Amino acid sequence: MDSRKKEGQMKTNDILEKKSTRRSFIKKLSIAAAAGSAGLVAGGCVSTGETTEEMGLKWEEYFKKNYRMMTDKEKDETVARLEKLAKLQDDVNIQMSNQEPREKVLFGYAFNISRCKGYMDCVEACVKENNLDRNSKTQYIRIFEMDSGQQDPTSGDGKYHHEVPVENKYYMGIQCFHCENAPCIKACPTKATWREPDGIVVVDYDWCIGCRYCMAACPFWGRRFNWGEPEVPKEELNTKQHYLGNRKRMKGVMEKCTFCVQRTRQGKLPACADACPTGSRVFGNLLDPNSEIRYVLKHKKVFRFKEELGTDPKFWYFMD
Amino acid sequence: MNMNPKKGIVGFTSDCIRWSLSGGLGFKLYIVILLALMGAGVYAYTNQYQHGLITTGMSNIVSWGLYISNFTFFVGVAAAAVMLIIPAYILKDKDLHEVVIIGEGVAVGALVMCLLFITVDMGGPLKVWHMIPGIGLFNWPSSILTWDMLVLNGYLALNTLVPLYILYCNYNNKKPVGWKYKPFVFLSIFWAVSIHMTTAFLYQGLPARPFWNNPLLGPRFLASAFAAGPAVIMMVLIVIQQKTNYLIDKNVFFKLKRIIVASAIINLLMLFSEIFKEFYNATHHSLSAQYLFFGLDGHDALVPWIWTAIGLNILGTLLFAFDPTKCNPKYLMPAAISLFTGIWIEKGFGLIIPGFIPSPMGEVIDYAPTANEILITLGVLALGILVVTLLIKPSLVILQRFKELNT
Repeated sequence: MDSRKKEGQMKTNDILEKKSTRRSFIKKLSIAAAAGSAGLVAGGCVSTGETTEEMGLKWEEYFKKNYRMMTDKEKDETVARLEKLAKLQDDVNIQMSNQEPREKVLFGYAFNISRCKGYMDCVEACVKENNLDRNSKTQYIRIFEMDSGQQDPTSGDGKYHHEVPVENKYYMGIQCFHCENAPCIKACPTKATWREPDGIVVVDYDWCIGCRYCMAACPFWGRRFNWGEPEVPKEELNTKQHYLGNRKRMKGVMEKCTFCVQRTRQGKLPACADACPTGSRVFGNLLDPNSEIRYVLKHKKVFRFKEELGTDPKFWYFMD
Repeated sequence: MNMNPKKGIVGFTSDCIRWSLSGGLGFKLYIVILLALMGAGVYAYTNQYQHGLITTGMSNIVSWGLYISNFTFFVGVAAAAVMLIIPAYILKDKDLHEVVIIGEGVAVGALVMCLLFITVDMGGPLKVWHMIPGIGLFNWPSSILTWDMLVLNGYLALNTLVPLYILYCNYNNKKPVGWKYKPFVFLSIFWAVSIHMTTAFLYQGLPARPFWNNPLLGPRFLASAFAAGPAVIMMVLIVIQQKTNYLIDKNVFFKLKRIIVASAIINLLMLFSEIFKEFYNATHHSLSAQYLFFGLDGHDALVPWIWTAIGLNILGTLLFAFDPTKCNPKYLMPAAISLFTGIWIEKGFGLIIPGFIPSPMGEVIDYAPTANEILITLGVLALGILVVTLLIKPSLVILQRFKELNT
């Protein structure tokens, strides 16, 4: 508020010196007022370096619709605005996509518990690919070290910090299971999280009000909240982004694994499956009878975690 | 008493403001303390707003804390007004009819607190418009949170408008017209039950959290609310009786006491039933209860709290059930405080925090609110108390004046 006042005052002094007309005075005053309110929306204070253009963009961003309610044109506009804002605010050139799901695609995942050795290359790749907050060390994926004779990861060790693999242990990866019947989607009061036609459960970060009801509703601990302002070092930023995927998050919103929507909609593997050195991670299109995932589901002994809750996860575990 | 000849809305408003703010030095000091607490709360909230909810003790594991605990408890306090409304309007109880307005004032204050606790808990409070149907997207009927929003705001409206109408009529020395407000009174009875059941359903409907996913939760919420709520109302009544010259019949205390005892016993019975289920054959789903009552994996932050709560609960119930003083306010006050505090702890963070522990992935951590979080909570509580005070004061003046003019 202070800087808003100052700005107004500065403008007024300026005008008095120049003895300009009343119209320009009003115009400048309204710019100052708009700038002040935009700043208020953006976080309570106007930083000195902020330009009017930036504030205008933020203003439009604040009043935009839920992603699902936008027309294609509006989707293109918001993506362009966010690219411009990234340039203005953080001086980075990002390419943001709003690529729609492809026809006849339903993504599914299978995890080979007899192959995984617990190296956690997947975790690292995920953090980099999805621009996860380095401050809070956010991870979408967690690997649990399990004793033989167990099958429930809640009794495993999710915080191991030693050389792997350990004899007589096996490893189980957990991430968002993109349930067909997801309790998180039902819980959200603003429809800020939903299931895309290709089966990916996504969050519209700008629409999320941060009530965290979805987090309480998820039986798999698949969701993460931005308790503070997330940070990614500029040189480590992945600039290939998707609106529903790895774009910059803000404090106070929910985020989660998106099966790397920015990659998988272009026909690539998710970063975790790509990075896995043991080939434990199988990802593909459940509707394609020739896909590897369909082969696994047909020929291997598979099971799902907490199946009794009836959420119908699209994530299976299997053994060789 | 102040005999003011003014009439109409302007006179009503200005008189109400005057009556609510006038008072002796003690009253002024009390208001100043409340305002100071609110100021500290606002300061703490700006801090939280700037840096995010990282300023609280919450984490990805315990993702709701002190705010939502208090929200849950005060929904119960709000619902409890119905325990005065039913006897006053349906059973035509004259004694309770005299104090029903106080119950409604307490309900309004509690609801203001509830809505504020939800707001301060939000990550993006400026985005609440996303929930407004029409300009936002309202996930109704799927999300129980949207139901809760509807019932809480509706109950707030009912509990504001009905007393406002009655007081306005009395202010103008008229009798309120029955058909104009009675339907809303009956509606508010069902509504009171619904606010608490819906709030219970928020938790009860989550299979992800076995500690909450329990059909007894809703009924238990009601039983504890109908014990703790009237206990709060009794505390307010005792203060009014001692600090003002508004007459409160002794029968009121007697009847309130009976309501409290019945509800508190039902509440304890259900608590016992829950404890039996959790521990007779302990399963994986009993881990939260184990954490709450005995500690788990070396974490036992809530253990002293829950046993204190159960102790206070039983003590309060016994004090009310066996009252040798026949409703002496000096005896009832500590009993009410004991029961109220016990239920506050048990149904506040004794219910919310263990729901998150262990996490769905089996992790056990302790949650402790930060100083900043506690300041915000105190600020909200102070605001609620202020609202109750400023609502009840002018109401009593108007009611008293109306009574004197009509005798």
